[in-house]
Amino acid sequence: MEAEDLSGGYGTKAVWKDATFSIGRGEFVAIIGPNGAGKTTLFRLLLGLQRPLRGTLRLFGSEPKRGSPRIGYVPQQHVLDDESHIESLELVRLGLSGKRWGFDPFSHEDSKAALDTLAGVGGLELAHRPLAELSGGELQRIFLAEALVSNPDLLLLDEPLSNLDMRRERDLLRLVSEVVRSRDVSALLIAHNINPLLPYLDKVIYIANGKVASGSPAEVFTSETLSNLYEIEVEVLHDSRGNIAIVGIEGHHGDE
Amino acid sequence: MAFSWNLAYDIQQMWAFPFMQHAFEAGTMVAVIAGVMGYFVVLRRSTFVAHAFSEIGFAGAAGAVYVAQALSIAWLTSTDAAAYGMLVGSSLGGTTIAMLSRRSSHRDVYVGIVLAFALGIGLLFLSLYTGYATEAISLLFGEILGIASTDVLRTLLFTIIILGGVGLIYRPLLFSSLDEAVAEAKGLPTLLIGVVFLLLVAIAVSVSVQVTGVLLIFSLMVTPAATAQHLASKPSRVIAISVALALAVTWVGLFVSFYEPYPASFFITAMIFVIYVLVRVFHRRIRTPGEHREDWKDRVLVSTKDYSS
Repeated sequence: MEAEDLSGGYGTKAVWKDATFSIGRGEFVAIIGPNGAGKTTLFRLLLGLQRPLRGTLRLFGSEPKRGSPRIGYVPQQHVLDDESHIESLELVRLGLSGKRWGFDPFSHEDSKAALDTLAGVGGLELAHRPLAELSGGELQRIFLAEALVSNPDLLLLDEPLSNLDMRRERDLLRLVSEVVRSRDVSALLIAHNINPLLPYLDKVIYIANGKVASGSPAEVFTSETLSNLYEIEVEVLHDSRGNIAIVGIEGHHGDE
Repeated sequence: MAFSWNLAYDIQQMWAFPFMQHAFEAGTMVAVIAGVMGYFVVLRRSTFVAHAFSEIGFAGAAGAVYVAQALSIAWLTSTDAAAYGMLVGSSLGGTTIAMLSRRSSHRDVYVGIVLAFALGIGLLFLSLYTGYATEAISLLFGEILGIASTDVLRTLLFTIIILGGVGLIYRPLLFSSLDEAVAEAKGLPTLLIGVVFLLLVAIAVSVSVQVTGVLLIFSLMVTPAATAQHLASKPSRVIAISVALALAVTWVGLFVSFYEPYPASFFITAMIFVIYVLVRVFHRRIRTPGEHREDWKDRVLVSTKDYSS
């Protein structure tokens, strides 16, 4: 994936601009930034649901097109009916066959692929459990399997950690990291809190104040980079375990 | 006609009447399409839409009956005018609602707006109509025992259209109903699927009202599917159970109404409601409440999607 002088937004209004970054195969990348900064806008550009306002975005060597089978997507929010007792396996199978027209019963191959994928994310025992009865962590495994079942080369995960407690947050990040390494896929994960992600990340894309900074965590989380981004003086503090706190000086309070 | 408790004889006696044969033929087809469409109506949380269609269709029927009378169209009976007016009205309403509301989760407001407008027009046509508004009354409460052979043929035609349409879009419809954002990202035309689905619901509602009536449309379109989804977890099985329940209550309702002086739609609605309550009570008892919900609070359960950030 390569972006050059990229601007994203709605209509003619840019939410952020002049983003230049590249992401290689098998890289685990976090997209960080405050609410409304335009993190999901980047996903919509990659999914081909929006076009860039300016600049170029290349994905697998060409412009992003809607419906690319090479992308696995886990949206920020799912609408799940508490009354619906559809089993998890059905949703995972739809990730593979939901685009096919017609009433053909799901094939044996689809079922096998869905079960294999569920096994790969440690969710085999959830296959026949109704979606409405799963916990947040279990649901994220199902959504991840739904995204992975078509064997994508790029995973887009929009805030999968929200609504998870710390233990399940850690479990999911370990799982995504393992998936990235074992399947050699690239993963972009939108999050608010960088600290749980730090042990696993190759790169960070930080979107704030209409600007985008990218690079390794060590390159992005510096006072200089973030001060340039926010256009106020920002200090990056590290604790003994490597956790980061971003503190705005001149009355600006910390983000992390 | 007296009920003899000899079931074979009673059925034979009932079957001797052509109007009962027509009622069973139309009722069977309506139960099948209502059972199938009802599953997706419940899954997509579109019950208000289904109800709105019946009332929007009612306005269309009132308009068609008035126009047929005002223009003295001899070849169009008021019954046919009502049926086709209902179909046109609910189809127009369905398309308008689908086009106005991009996402199903925001649909209620648009449904309310279109519904109120359509009812106002329907009221105007009813006040303009100078004949006896018998078609209007039968549309409100259903008149399954007054179905003619031409009505049966029309129902058959629409049954083929609806089942064929649902069969064609089955998997994309299921996918976009369960996970619209992913379906859209995968390149499915979710807006088109939504429009086609609402059109099929509009046709299904128009056909179903002759059995249940406008006011009782939920009895076949919603309650069997809502009951069935507590009894199975595979969509194809839920649909099969939904159809089976709709068929059972329709057949029994027709049979009982032949021997009792009360309308079939009452028996149908009463039976399916009792079944729903029994299933909910029984289902709760066999499942341990909160069995899998120890961390219920961290579930991702929301009703809207936000792409603004």
